[in-house]
Amino acid sequence: MSDFPTVTRTVVVNNPQGFHMRPAHLFAQKAQQFQSQIFVIKGDLRCDGRSIMELLTLAAPQGTELVIEAQGPDAQQAVEALAPIVENPEPEELAGEEESAE
Amino acid sequence: MRFADFVCREAVIPELQASDKEGVIQEMLQALQQCGAIKAEEMPGIFKAIMKREELGSTGLGRGVAVPHIKHPSVESLVGTVAVSHQGVDFAAMDGDPVFVFILLISPPDRSADHLRALENIIKQMRNDTFLRFLRQAKTKEDILQVLDEADAGQFAT
Repeated sequence: MSDFPTVTRTVVVNNPQGFHMRPAHLFAQKAQQFQSQIFVIKGDLRCDGRSIMELLTLAAPQGTELVIEAQGPDAQQAVEALAPIVENPEPEELAGEEESAE
Repeated sequence: MRFADFVCREAVIPELQASDKEGVIQEMLQALQQCGAIKAEEMPGIFKAIMKREELGSTGLGRGVAVPHIKHPSVESLVGTVAVSHQGVDFAAMDGDPVFVFILLISPPDRSADHLRALENIIKQMRNDTFLRFLRQAKTKEDILQVLDEADAGQFAT
């Protein structure tokens, strides 16, 4: 895994309700689709992006800056796919689109 | 945010009678209504809203715990209660396992930061096996309250 570059992106929570249970669940589900290791970082707090339990400990209200970090063969794709879940004001809508597409 | 800040102490349930999702929510709302945390006339609306939220995705987070929650304009501050089922309930949890511990939250629409902090505290405690084991072993209201108080005192997770 260490042969792959680490991709990071700083994102801001735009959901008025914050990064609550639904977005965290969507994020963890999406993160599980990638081979890369994925972390979400807030200050000193580093959470496994695949774990909804860890993501919910971020307690990130609207406006919080989070760093998404991915390392692995599909790190770039993972970050591209995951960033909108944090940045979209209504990430639930993203899920709706996806469910109908699948 | 500690359990003592939002749990209605008289409303905790050591032995849920209900054996399905709807029944559990009803029983917990009933207890919240009896302790005065929510009004009787608001119960049907709150129940509907919680069930609608569950349809979007179960709040059964795994590890035998579910955190059904909703924002509702009829409450002025975050209120909640804790219930235990000894037989376990199929709650369509994320890991597919039955749920034994339920923490129900109702928060005012404009207080999402409080809501997130309550959730953060619940999750932190939930990750501690001893906390969950003690809750599942609780036989009386006092047992549950003691576990919650110990959690608030930092006995399980920090």
